[in-house]
Amino acid sequence: MSIIFVLIPILAAIAILCGCKARLTALIASGLTLILGLGSVFCWKADVWSVTLQVLSKPSIHLAMGFYDGMSLIMVLLSVLVLFTAVFAGKAPEGRAKLYYSSILLIGAGGLGAFLSTDLFFFYAFHELALIPTFLMIGMLGTGERKEAAWKITIYLALGSIILLAGLIWLVSASGSDTWLFRDLLASNIDPNAQSGIAALLIVGFGVLISLFPFHSWAAPAYAAAPAPVAMLHAGVLKKFGLFGLIRLYPMVPSGMQDWLGWLIVLLLCNILWVGFVTINQKRLDMMLGNSSVMHMGYIFLAFAALIQAGGAEANPIAIPGAVVLMFAHGISIALLFLLTDVVRQKAGTVELAELGGLAKSTPRLAFLFGLAGMASIGLPGLANFSGEVLVFLSGFENYKGEGFGCVQVATILALWGVVISAVYMLRAYRQTFQGPASSVTESAKDLKLSDQIPAIILATALLVVGLYPNSLLSLLKKPPCCSGCDQNTEQAEQ
Amino acid sequence: MPAYWLEAFVLISGIVLLLLEAFIPSRHKTLIAIGSIGALVFALVLLFLVKDPDPANTEMARFYAWDASAKFFKGFTLLAGILTIFLGLDYRKTLSKFTANPDSEDGTGEYYCLILFATAGMMWMASAKDLVSLFVSLELSTITFYILVAYMRRNVGSLEAGVKFLILGALSTGFLVYGISWLYGASGSTELSAIGASITEANSTYLLFGLALILISLAFKVGAVPLHLWIPDVYQGSPTPTTSFLSIASKASGFAISLRVLEPFLNNPVTHDKTVAILSILAGATILVGNLAAIPQTNFKRLLAYSSIANAGFILLAVAAWDKGSDLTSAQIVGFYLAIYLIMTFAAFFILSTIHRNTGSEEISAFEGLGTRNPFLALMTTIVMAAMAGVPLTAGFYGKFFSFEAAVQANLWVPISIGFIGVAAGFYYYFQIIRAMYWRKSLDESPIKVCPLSFYALITLTSLLIIFGFFPQPILWLLQAA
Repeated sequence: MSIIFVLIPILAAIAILCGCKARLTALIASGLTLILGLGSVFCWKADVWSVTLQVLSKPSIHLAMGFYDGMSLIMVLLSVLVLFTAVFAGKAPEGRAKLYYSSILLIGAGGLGAFLSTDLFFFYAFHELALIPTFLMIGMLGTGERKEAAWKITIYLALGSIILLAGLIWLVSASGSDTWLFRDLLASNIDPNAQSGIAALLIVGFGVLISLFPFHSWAAPAYAAAPAPVAMLHAGVLKKFGLFGLIRLYPMVPSGMQDWLGWLIVLLLCNILWVGFVTINQKRLDMMLGNSSVMHMGYIFLAFAALIQAGGAEANPIAIPGAVVLMFAHGISIALLFLLTDVVRQKAGTVELAELGGLAKSTPRLAFLFGLAGMASIGLPGLANFSGEVLVFLSGFENYKGEGFGCVQVATILALWGVVISAVYMLRAYRQTFQGPASSVTESAKDLKLSDQIPAIILATALLVVGLYPNSLLSLLKKPPCCSGCDQNTEQAEQ
Repeated sequence: MPAYWLEAFVLISGIVLLLLEAFIPSRHKTLIAIGSIGALVFALVLLFLVKDPDPANTEMARFYAWDASAKFFKGFTLLAGILTIFLGLDYRKTLSKFTANPDSEDGTGEYYCLILFATAGMMWMASAKDLVSLFVSLELSTITFYILVAYMRRNVGSLEAGVKFLILGALSTGFLVYGISWLYGASGSTELSAIGASITEANSTYLLFGLALILISLAFKVGAVPLHLWIPDVYQGSPTPTTSFLSIASKASGFAISLRVLEPFLNNPVTHDKTVAILSILAGATILVGNLAAIPQTNFKRLLAYSSIANAGFILLAVAAWDKGSDLTSAQIVGFYLAIYLIMTFAAFFILSTIHRNTGSEEISAFEGLGTRNPFLALMTTIVMAAMAGVPLTAGFYGKFFSFEAAVQANLWVPISIGFIGVAAGFYYYFQIIRAMYWRKSLDESPIKVCPLSFYALITLTSLLIIFGFFPQPILWLLQAA
């Protein structure tokens, strides 16, 4: 019953609003989902864990949940890791604890619901569950230009989702499928004439949610203004929803996606290079991280472009694994970075790079963890992002026969420069924050307490494990898609 | 008992209660309200028990439709009437303040009876399938609404609203009669099915012209462009229960007869394309005007007024996509949308009347600090606003979803792209309320009290919004099996 993953945080949020102890309840609930998530990695049986309930007969919509394949499992793992650490690291302001923790739980539930849904409708619907809590948290408890940022993210995401919805409706009606279940949709064939329009709507709709250039300007200010747990969950988990959706829906509209490949490559290069340069120029640590998370989306799009060019997962077997591993790695590393940036803000009282400096002397543990996450984000071998980036770049050359470069190969070569750009901004930020002479604000900073370290250590461990042994994730991807058992469950539900 | 006794029953109850009202002492006027609620509840029960009309009675069968849609809209109107009288009980202090004697409830009794008359008119509208019965029933409800709008006769705003409503209403009646005469002249019949059968290439121009005139008058009823201008002022000026009744029941019955009038034209291949073109233009313009004009509003009632225009636009979008959707018919989508709209809008009006009673204001700024002044009410308001904005997993999403689904399947891409703008704008203005409640602090930190009646009504309505958000099938059962 994988619906438990969603029910636990939602019920906990309700319990908190009804008066249970906020932090304790949230910790227990997110801890339970973490245990369940880790448990399902080790005893992964797709058919036992799926559930299908019909909620609407025409159009036929099911509340269907389960691990559709290894990709769902990995994204759920990412969600539960980030959800638990976000709750753990969260520090509610006086008198706002109820709203604070229930919002975090609802955002997490939205992400989990989206990744677990095996029905296109609820896949879409759960993602939007996060919209209102995000709006409230940024506007109410954020820092800096919180009001503009909250409006911007809300309007952008609302517009993106409604465009996406039109694309999804078109997709379902063009497929001729009776239901909105992935299983039925993937089995159908869509008229190539309709595919092009559907693919355009999907790319724009999902693109807004992923912050694809030029729809990216909401992301950095929102993450900079958001309270740390919201930034962790949004940049780490929810932004992956769009990429997850694109990869999931790709087999339905392969030729339509092919039509837009050229545009997509231009846009993803803008994500990597343009936003990369913008990131170098940032003066604040949080804005820099926000922009860097926009930039890294470009790599995952690169894997997607390689997949489109090859024409399917069989023709390019490392594109999807590369994208998924990088999604996981980026989610963990950016969550860790936002978590630690919040600690810097608490210790030093500012995140202006010019006012920071020398923190490593007073807070060596913080400096070490931040360095680790920063290196992971650049793509240092041994850490998770490296495995993902290598696979992504290799997938760009997967079908290369030595007879001139195609557009994906050229894009890969240009995208490689992104690693240099990442190194420039991340190392500069690290130097300005942690090294050099101590500034007035950093002298008296105290190092991390044990309770602050736990969430950071959990995330850092995940980075190391996947970095040193990427097969831990890749082996999950190789598991067969669930659907022998889904059929049985559907029949039972319909009876 | 044949079905048409339902309307007669409601009408007779109204007359009897009006007679009784003259003899009831002023402190017991709530008895009239209870009597009215009783009559409506009884009629609602009867709705499920009555027999089909006698087919031998051919004159009646010509005028009176008794199908799933008629039953659904009758039930809808009755429910809206009941909730309006509840809201009226909540509001009677303000009503008596602006009528006969501020200290007694002398002037409030007739108010409940008038709601019965309007209900009877709108129930008949749901069954009207002849242009004459359509006209008579529509006038019965509209004339009653003139009084309901201007009911607070010592309040300038209410009188102003009444005058505006009267003038535009009279204009729209003119259009309606003129349109009816064109249809009769071109087809030789006032029966809608006969008109549909008589459409040919030769007379289609005249019929479409007549239809366009009727549509203008129906746009007045449902609050769509081009006759939407009265809505904000009338909504703001009327007593709040009237506003809610006007925005829900009156809109719904307007759509019920629109569907009946449009059906023959949309089903006939000769006139189909042109009718869809007219409806698409109306839908696009209504969505655009309603949503964009709602953005700068600072008064919550005016915001709801523009939101009611915007919703009319989304419903028209579903009508324009006439039965091209593979899943639900346009009539079902309209019924579903309106059912959800009833829940959301009544919840919003219960919230509004609670806020008004506590702060004396209907501005959005009156919601400031509600997050701390009454967290529970703030939470429910958040759910209602989310539903109105169409956030998934609340019932409000499905209405827009079905509309868009039908429109995508009918390839109406121009109004759909206007719909994108409309939905995004909707997020902005509905979230203004959420922002006011949580982001802003109020100078007055005293807690806000919710009276028990509103409290239970709100709990029921908001939980329905959440339940239908996950499981919307029950409403469709009602629509299909009614």
